[in-house]
Amino acid sequence: MTVHRVMGIETEYGISVPGHPTMNAMVSSTHIVNAYAQHVLAGGRRKPRWDYDLESPLRDARGFDMSRSEADPTLLTDDDLGLANVVLTNGARLYVDHAHPEYSAPEATNPRDATLWDRAGMQVMERAAALASASGVTPPILLYKNNTDNKGASYGTHENYLMRRSTPFADIVRHLTPFFITRQVFSGSGRLGVGQDGRSMRYQLSQRADFFEVEVGLETTLKRPIINTRDEPHADPEKYRRLHVIVGDANLCDRATYLKLGTTALMLSMIEDGFLDDVQLTPANAVREMHQVSHDTSLTHALALSSGERRTALDIQGQYCELARRYCAQQSGNAIDAQTADVLDSWESVLDRLATDRASCATDVDWVAKLELLEAYRERDGLQWSSHRLQAIDLQYSDVRRSKGLAARLEQRGRLARMFTDDEVGRAVVAPPTDTRAYFRGECLRRYPESIAAASWDSVVFDIPGQEHLQRVPTLEPLRGTREHVEVLLDASTTAADLVAGLSVST
Amino acid sequence: MSQRENVERRATRPSETDESVEAPAKAESVSTAELDAEVDSILDEIDSVLEENAEDFVKSFVQKGGQ
Repeated sequence: MTVHRVMGIETEYGISVPGHPTMNAMVSSTHIVNAYAQHVLAGGRRKPRWDYDLESPLRDARGFDMSRSEADPTLLTDDDLGLANVVLTNGARLYVDHAHPEYSAPEATNPRDATLWDRAGMQVMERAAALASASGVTPPILLYKNNTDNKGASYGTHENYLMRRSTPFADIVRHLTPFFITRQVFSGSGRLGVGQDGRSMRYQLSQRADFFEVEVGLETTLKRPIINTRDEPHADPEKYRRLHVIVGDANLCDRATYLKLGTTALMLSMIEDGFLDDVQLTPANAVREMHQVSHDTSLTHALALSSGERRTALDIQGQYCELARRYCAQQSGNAIDAQTADVLDSWESVLDRLATDRASCATDVDWVAKLELLEAYRERDGLQWSSHRLQAIDLQYSDVRRSKGLAARLEQRGRLARMFTDDEVGRAVVAPPTDTRAYFRGECLRRYPESIAAASWDSVVFDIPGQEHLQRVPTLEPLRGTREHVEVLLDASTTAADLVAGLSVST
Repeated sequence: MSQRENVERRATRPSETDESVEAPAKAESVSTAELDAEVDSILDEIDSVLEENAEDFVKSFVQKGGQ
C-alpha cells in the first residue's frame, strides 16, 4: 500500500498571439515546438520522430474497439499529420496536439517525481515561447497552463496511472467517480466564470468541471466523461492498463499537483486490493454533482447519493482519507514509506484546513490562492465580478513566464509553496527520471542523437550506419531500462551500434 | 476602459483611508497591518505586471478546443 506506481501528466497549454487574434493556433503551436527542438538539437542533430507503430487510441477499456468511421477525427492522434513532434532528453514528448502545444512528461514512479517533471514542462514551455518569439518567424507567443478560454473551449491536463489489468473496470468506475467529483476541493485551479462559455461571472473551484457531460466514455474532446475508458497501456496489455484521467485541472502549485497524484494513487491501491468493496458513495447524478461541487466555494453543498444519503465533498474526501490511513496501517504498519506518509498527512491537513481555516490553504490550493487575490483586488478597487481586470487576473495566474505569471510571482514571494529548487527543476528539464524506461529513452537521445530515428513510450528506433533496416528496441516494460538496468551497458557502448549489439546479447 | 478603472482604483485604495492608518494602535492589530501591507504590496505587484488593456487581453484569448 503505497503512493508509488508508474504515473505521469500530459498538459495542453493555452496559446495566444497578442494583437493577432486570427493567427492559426496549429501554426503557432508548431512554432513553439520547432523553436524548442531547434534549440535543443543545435549542432545539426537529427530530429527523432515519434514512433506511432503501437498506438491504439480507439481501444476501449470495456473491451471493444470503436471503428474509425464512427470516431470523431480529433480522436485520431495516431495519424501523424506532419505536425511538430519531438522526444526530449528528459524522456518527455513535446508536440502539437490539435491546436495546442503539449508536453507529456516522462514516466515517473511516484507523485513527487511526476510533479517535478510536470514542473520541468512549464519551463520547457516558457523557454520555447521565448525562443519562438525571438526567432522572427512569428509575432510573440504567450502560453498559459490553464484549461479554458472562458468562451466555450477547454483543453486538457491528463494524468496517467499504470494499473493491474486484472482489476475489474467496474470497480474503478464505482470508486473513482465519487472521488474525482469531490477531489476538486483541493485540486481545483479556480475559474472566474460559470458555464462552458463563462456566461455567469461567478467564481468556481475548477477550470474543467463544467466541460464534463457524461459519466463514462471514450471521448476526450466532446461529451467528456468523468471516467475515460481509453485503453492504450503503452505497455504489456496482458499485465497492465493505463488509467487515463481527464477530469483534472492544470495546477500551478506543486503541492496541489502532488496531492492530486498521491491521493489518486492511494485510491487505486485500495481499489486494486478490493479494500473499498463495502464502500458505497455513488452519487445519484455524478455529472450534476461534479458541477455543483465546483460551483460552491463555501464547500457546504451536500451531494445526493444513490443510497439516499447527503454528504459534502469534504466529508466524502475525509472518509476516503481515513480509509486510506487505516489501509496503510493494516498493510504496512510502521514500515510505511516516507512519501506515502506525507501524502496521507497532507491530505488530512488540507481537508481539515479547508473546513476550518480556508485562508491558510492559499499556500497549497490553487483555487484558494487565486480567490484570495481576486477578493483583495476587488475590495481595494471596488470592482464588480464582471470586471475585465479580474478576468485578466484569472488568466494571468497561469502565464508560464516567471516574470509575468501571477502564480509564479506568488511563489517568488513565498506565498505559494514550492517543492523544488531551481536546480532540481533545471536538471529535470534535460535529464530523465532514473527509475523507469524514460531513463533509457532519454539517455539514448542524449548519447546517440545522430542514431535515433524515432522513439515513443514503448520503443526506441535506431538507425545504425551501414545497416539496411532500422532497429526497433521495444520498451514494453515501464520499470525496465532504468539506470540500474542499463547504465553499465550505456557506459560501455561508445556508439549506438555497440548498444544495439550489447542489447541483443543481454536479452 | 482600463484608464477609467485605474482612476477608480486609485480613489478607493484601502491603504489611503484613515482606517488603515489607525490600525497599528493595538499590538494585536500590528500583524493585521503587516498583513494589509503585504496584501497591498502583492496587489501593487500585480498592477505592475498585469496586461495593460485588460478588456482586450481577456477578449482576445480565444482557444480552439482540445482534449
